[in-house]
Amino acid sequence: MDTRRAPRAVIDPKVRKVGFFAPPELSQPGLPDPIPLPSSSLSPVMIPPPRHSSENLLHHARPLAPTVPGASSVSIEGSVVAGGSYGSSSELFPAPMSPASSSYSSSRFVGGGDGDYCLNGAAVASPGRGGGKAATSFPRGGFESPAAKASSVPASGLTTVSVVNDSSLGIRGREKADNGGGSALEAKDQATNSKQKKDKTTKAERRALQEAQRAAKAAAKAEGNKASGTVTSGTAKPAKAIKPPHKVDNSSVAASEKKGCDRPPEKDRKKDVPQPRMQYDDESRVEKAKRRAVVKQTEARNRVELFRHLPQYEHGSLLPDLEAKFFQLDTVHPAVYKAGLQYLSGNISGSNARCIAMLQAFQDAIRDYRVPPEKTFVRDLTAKISSYVSFLIECRPLCISMGNAIKFLKTRIAKLPLTLSESESKASLHSDIERFINEKIILADKVIVKHAVTKIRDGDVLLTYGLSSAVEMILLHAHKLGKQFRVIIVDSRPQLRGKILLRRLVEKGLSCTYTQINALSYIMHEVTRVFLGASSVLSNGTVYSGVGTACVAMIAHSFRVPVLVCCEAYKFSERVQLDSICSNELGDPEVISKVLGREDVNYLDGWANTENLQLLNLIYDATPSDYISMIVTDYGMVPPTSVPVIVREYRREQLWI
Amino acid sequence: MADPKISAYYQTRMAHFGAVTNDWLAQAQSASAITTTPPPPSPPPTAATLSDPSHQKPSFSVIDEFNRWRKQPDLAEAVAAIRALAAVIRSSMATTMMQLEIELKSASDSLKSWDTTSISLTAACDLFMRYVTRTAALEYEDFNSAKSRLIERADKFGEISYTARKVIAMLSQDFIFNGCTILVHGFSRVVLEVLKLAAQNKKLFRVLCTEGRPDRTGLRLSNELAKLDVPVKLVIDSAVAYTMDEVDMVFVGADGVVESGGIINMMGTYQIAMVAKSMSKPVYVAAESYKFARLYPLDQKDLAPALRPVDFGVPIPSKVEVECSARDYTPPQYLTLLFTDLGVLTPSVVSDELIQLYL
Repeated sequence: MDTRRAPRAVIDPKVRKVGFFAPPELSQPGLPDPIPLPSSSLSPVMIPPPRHSSENLLHHARPLAPTVPGASSVSIEGSVVAGGSYGSSSELFPAPMSPASSSYSSSRFVGGGDGDYCLNGAAVASPGRGGGKAATSFPRGGFESPAAKASSVPASGLTTVSVVNDSSLGIRGREKADNGGGSALEAKDQATNSKQKKDKTTKAERRALQEAQRAAKAAAKAEGNKASGTVTSGTAKPAKAIKPPHKVDNSSVAASEKKGCDRPPEKDRKKDVPQPRMQYDDESRVEKAKRRAVVKQTEARNRVELFRHLPQYEHGSLLPDLEAKFFQLDTVHPAVYKAGLQYLSGNISGSNARCIAMLQAFQDAIRDYRVPPEKTFVRDLTAKISSYVSFLIECRPLCISMGNAIKFLKTRIAKLPLTLSESESKASLHSDIERFINEKIILADKVIVKHAVTKIRDGDVLLTYGLSSAVEMILLHAHKLGKQFRVIIVDSRPQLRGKILLRRLVEKGLSCTYTQINALSYIMHEVTRVFLGASSVLSNGTVYSGVGTACVAMIAHSFRVPVLVCCEAYKFSERVQLDSICSNELGDPEVISKVLGREDVNYLDGWANTENLQLLNLIYDATPSDYISMIVTDYGMVPPTSVPVIVREYRREQLWI
Repeated sequence: MADPKISAYYQTRMAHFGAVTNDWLAQAQSASAITTTPPPPSPPPTAATLSDPSHQKPSFSVIDEFNRWRKQPDLAEAVAAIRALAAVIRSSMATTMMQLEIELKSASDSLKSWDTTSISLTAACDLFMRYVTRTAALEYEDFNSAKSRLIERADKFGEISYTARKVIAMLSQDFIFNGCTILVHGFSRVVLEVLKLAAQNKKLFRVLCTEGRPDRTGLRLSNELAKLDVPVKLVIDSAVAYTMDEVDMVFVGADGVVESGGIINMMGTYQIAMVAKSMSKPVYVAAESYKFARLYPLDQKDLAPALRPVDFGVPIPSKVEVECSARDYTPPQYLTLLFTDLGVLTPSVVSDELIQLYL
């Protein structure tokens, strides 16, 4: 363990600690500081030495199954100290601090009790999140404060989750909530995780698990850096069990502040599981989880370092798994479940389609919803929607338009007058959703088409990339108006969505050219206009769209071809993003390794076994506003610099209302 | 060679500011015959001309009113239109808000159709309609009070537009420093106002004036400047790059300011702005706020064409084509600042203002 600790002592440059840190935590394993501070005395701003945090943890920790000695990560600065400090609360932390647990673990303990799943650092990090979930586990507050480092770690949310059930940490939850506590924290987390045992499982059980996890973690530790994410395989599994509850919380949080908060700079959120097979061991835990994740996803292997902060799963077994469960789910409404399955399988893709499918599923769910006896309509419904959202996130991470739509729905729910009866409220929500879909999506598209066709002249050569519903409508409408133009469709692997657009346009009689994105600079000199769709437009004018869009816009700009982006106003976001890395979505890397219809191209078979090979399948990218000439929205044609104006002006008047 | 269609807008400008031609003289004479009416708002003839037929035949009287205002060389066309529309409200016999709005709309349409190529006219009419009707007064029960509120706002808009030039002149004084050299292009009354005020404030500067073919408006501008005792040097249009080294800033007016923040102005502005940008000289645009139009050209050909004949002085063989477009579009990246009556703005603010007004 010590060897494992060493790399962690070095603060990963990618990891950013936010908040208070106890400075010497990492570097002085042997620092004794025997002043035990009662957890209660620690205020969030205090930065006690690691040792104290463990004290706090002990204080707050629920009696946990004895983790293996190694597991108890709370080794403050060495097992000795740990032993001492934990002496009093030995029953709380059955597992002595594992040597592995570095000093940071103490701080990590924010999560407390959850032992295994200690949200490895990450969990600890999110005080905010933790608050919500903490109910299940020990009072997080205590832990938050002591862990100076922990405080910074936003992963508190995760902690809550983990605490809830057995150690299985919802890694996923953690990932989501992981606001990037320092990696150090994370490392500690792992250590602490071991300490925190779930009370659900027996001590022996947990200890065994911890041992196994610790072994796995040790193996995985080689890579160091975002240790937290991984919670070390062991914790990961337990985390999973916790995941559902955590997830729910996270999803609601995520839903509401998806863009910014969810992805703190240091996201070790993602489960960092070195041995994916480890996860399946915890089936029992997963089953036991209270609000188990409906979607069980395994960790992907060979994850790209730079994108460790993004969730990535192996998609293979997910869909059949979920399909089998269709009739067993009582926590998720069947309409929502169906939407989730459709996202997962790729049947519904494209931000408008996904948003509409989600809203219609919510309409059904609201229609069938009955208020439980002692609950209030508004709060319970909001919680239910949040749980649905978390399920959908598990299937596939939300896109920005969906996030906005969820915000709209929650705002409408919150604004329901209390005097309405249940059925009236439901009817009102139903019509609100209907109106949102009609006004913000369908009518908006019509207005966009009306504006954009004025920019198409006879003799134009229009270029478009991928499949965008708005662009397709524009082209078809212009053709119907009798304008003479031809279309060049640029497409790219692995999704090859341009083929769908090609088929649809050719059916209607447009003359089209189809090419792949590597021929872009070859063909750009003939082009007079470029029409692109967008998943969202951010506040600094950056267009967030399917991967490859930035290339198209950049090359068009260098050829001085005007680039028009067509995007409905409800997709505008207050977020600002400078690159495509800090927030993105990772797809299934398997599809990159295979070429459909070309069995002979099998050079990448077995890529997962290669240590130094990682496949990256990004879904989105960010196009800087300099390359964009104009954005066509339902508010007219605006320059990219005016997007924050629209967001500001209309947010006041409830942009999505 | 048949005369290509000349946009009426440019006919007016030619009449007002071009080189002295016979046409101009004729117009000037007819103008002087009618300029006895006082410029200030709500002159008596308004009531006379707009008595009965105003609501029955608004188009007719609006155009009349408009022409009446337009005769004054100092008044911008758009301001004349605004005044005319204000007069429509004042003299309207409508009894409901809806009717009044319909009247206004039809009056505005007829004004716009009088010259479809004039951007500032169209923009001013649209802005007037938005500004006037965008008031809570319309929700008042009492029609008369709502109408008087509309008249108030219309007059205010007219005032703002009328005094816009003075405001712009004041705002731009800080940018003219002693010993600077200013390059101007085309005859813009706003820019003239700016330079007049600077001269009055005893600033020492000199002006390089482009000839401005085919209008030769530069000649007239240099005349005016010479009267102010400002040192003026005339340069032909091709010599702009040659003289750009000694220039400190470029001042132009605008026929229209488009939503992207670019401007539409007399032919040659784009080229000057490009040269200035490549030599890192600031380009300042002086434009009143009623010129903000809801257009968004992507390139030069995206504009509605406005033609003016080019007189080369010698006959041209018939199979030789002549580029007769009278104006061009300067994209916002070549402009530094816009001086408007709303303040000193960057080009990206135009869209903000339009969004706030229109949405």
